[in-house]
Amino acid sequence: MQKSLHIDPNKCTGCLQCEMACSWENYRSFTTAKSRIKVFSFHEAGRFVPYTCTQCDEAWCMIACPVDAIRLDPATGAKIVLEPTCVGCKVCTIACPFGTINYVAQTGKVQKCDLCDGAPACAKACPTAAITYVDSDWTGLDKMRQWAGKTDTNQATA
Amino acid sequence: MAWTKNVLRVNLETGSCTTEPLNMTWAHDYLGQRGLATKYLVSEIDPKVEPLSPKNKLIFVTGPLTGTMAATGGRYSVVTKGPLTGAIACSNSGGYFGAELKFAGWDMVIFEGTSPKPVYLLITDGKAELVDASHLWGRTVWETEEAIKKQHQDPQIRVAAIGRAGENGVLYAAIVNDLHRAAGRSGVGAVMGSKNLKAVAVRGTRTDAYQVADPDAFFTAVDAGKKVLAGNGVTGQGLPTYGTQVLMNVINELGALPTRNHRDVQFEGAMAIGGEAMHEKRPTDGKANLVTNGACFGCTIACGRISRMDPGHFSVKDKPQYHGASGGVEYEAAWALGAANGVSDLEALTYANFLCNEDGFDPISFGATVGAAMELYDLGILTKEIVGFEIPFGSTEGMVKLAELTAKGEGFGREIGQGSKRLCAKYGKPELSMTVKGQEFPAYDGRGLQGMGLAYATSNRGACHLRGYMVSPEVLGIPVKMEPQATEGKPAMLKAFQDLTAVVDSSGLCLFTTFAWGLQDIQPQLQAACEGDWSEERLLLIGERIWNMEREFNLAAGLTGKDDNLPPRLLKEAAQTGPQKGAVSKLDVMLPEYYRVRGWTSEGVPTDETRVRLGG
Repeated sequence: MQKSLHIDPNKCTGCLQCEMACSWENYRSFTTAKSRIKVFSFHEAGRFVPYTCTQCDEAWCMIACPVDAIRLDPATGAKIVLEPTCVGCKVCTIACPFGTINYVAQTGKVQKCDLCDGAPACAKACPTAAITYVDSDWTGLDKMRQWAGKTDTNQATA
Repeated sequence: MAWTKNVLRVNLETGSCTTEPLNMTWAHDYLGQRGLATKYLVSEIDPKVEPLSPKNKLIFVTGPLTGTMAATGGRYSVVTKGPLTGAIACSNSGGYFGAELKFAGWDMVIFEGTSPKPVYLLITDGKAELVDASHLWGRTVWETEEAIKKQHQDPQIRVAAIGRAGENGVLYAAIVNDLHRAAGRSGVGAVMGSKNLKAVAVRGTRTDAYQVADPDAFFTAVDAGKKVLAGNGVTGQGLPTYGTQVLMNVINELGALPTRNHRDVQFEGAMAIGGEAMHEKRPTDGKANLVTNGACFGCTIACGRISRMDPGHFSVKDKPQYHGASGGVEYEAAWALGAANGVSDLEALTYANFLCNEDGFDPISFGATVGAAMELYDLGILTKEIVGFEIPFGSTEGMVKLAELTAKGEGFGREIGQGSKRLCAKYGKPELSMTVKGQEFPAYDGRGLQGMGLAYATSNRGACHLRGYMVSPEVLGIPVKMEPQATEGKPAMLKAFQDLTAVVDSSGLCLFTTFAWGLQDIQPQLQAACEGDWSEERLLLIGERIWNMEREFNLAAGLTGKDDNLPPRLLKEAAQTGPQKGAVSKLDVMLPEYYRVRGWTSEGVPTDETRVRLGG
């Protein structure tokens, strides 16, 4: 079964545990600035929204890369940056419609979410289940269940 | 390891920013944050210094767990000599600012002197510079943050700033970071304003600034701690759902909710301004005051209130800038802006709270001072002519107008901005000031909760609930249940709470974790993060050492045991309603015992034996 990161912004409190977990996984440091998942605060609306790569099947970053530095991990479906191959040309950052692949000046390479080899640290760290790692084919299951619960076909008897 | 070991020293007089290594001997004796910065302060300033003079210093400081994955590990403190009290001032704040300072590579920033012109400090990792802030002077906290982010084209900068209250010398001015988290009490913002320092802006991206000593042990301890928080009724359910506002109805029913400047101990409007009311749909627009709960950096509790006002409310009708969501009322603010004045309009409280965040002043001291002004008005001492408008108890319009005037530093707001001690003294009724050491009480009545009365009287920064939260044993039964009116055992319990609190305030963690965590939960996290031996015994000794260091500073500043007192109202005028009816504070019974368990003389001075035992 392939899995996807599934994000429910309504559950996010903006604590940034996910950003620290991502940074720890990749840099052995809690530096949120290095995180590949970002939590955006829409202050006036009172909303927090975690955002990261959705691992497009037809990944524009991968197609755009002139040196084949972005590869598919068939086990997880993640599009992975091969650092030794990446030349830091940034074409992928232009190609990606969502902005979720970014250049890192410190290394001269790009970085993006790689699903942590199938055990995403952000999902594990999230205290409110705003970020979960679930069956790719059924990311809508929770919402379906919620709406199903609201369906009452027996109301005529009242 | 968990410290960056770097201190930034900023001389505002000359404009120089220099780096010096953290004194690691002190780090081992005082841990971090509150303890460590206080050690620096007391070693560097004359205790008798005038708080708003250039000779006072202002320290921003993080703890060893700030900027780590420890739950709530995002706190920082501001330490200085306080202008409201003339005592040590240490105000703690959450949000994201503290962690960012750590990511940039700094444990601490020490400000010295006064800048000849308004400036802000810009820190970008290892680089620090003072930037002209003339164009920001006179602007609010919210405008300042927006302007700084725009100027440097970086939306990810974190900003801690003062508003007009800090510029205008409001004695309880706050430093506000991330728009609505505040180093709120004791007037640390007034000290910042006196130094012509408008803001501290930080961007931290370093991955090599600090490290936890033993990562495996750290994650084991941190994960265990998170489970305890999630499984606890207060931290796992009560606080996320209702915030600290979960307390409003509880404390009111217990008969310990100070009302109308402590004339009463129960408020008939409590239900309308409490946590439950924030969830209810308003009849006017069909929406609830509360939008959602929010967390500070790293916090898995998320008690913060995010509120949106009724855009049709009289206070904001033609002011669209207040129609968006922002920081809603917490319990202490709701009490001070509401019960302390007899005001029960939740929307008006929310508006006043927005103003406190926007222009940087403490809603507790502000609201309590308004309560005192309303009593002076009730007695005919303050009049419509003096104030400019009518301010009877319960006047929503009066409270709102005073908030606006205090924010801007105009009219009678200038007098409200000096706090209730100075206000009541000026009008010949010093006994009506509900303060200890010049700082206003928060939201628990010292007659209804005997331990809280003792906690207020002995708090090193003036009346405060965050130095020894006796509400825990007296109301919540944490760690053991103590009857509100009992006095036996409370001095010893208070000492234990004060010492433990000093440890938590020095670690980078939030005090609210202690609803669920004991020292046995905190110790393994510190042990794994910091190099060296951090046993529970040693940590408690550090806590006691910090408490006594603050006490010694206050004594050297000119305070005495006589300042460990409560207003005559709490000692003589009995509670008139509710379960605590007939009660007055039994401070005279508890204080001598408290001095004894502290190892102090009958005058409240640490004995030589105590001094030697604590060392440091």
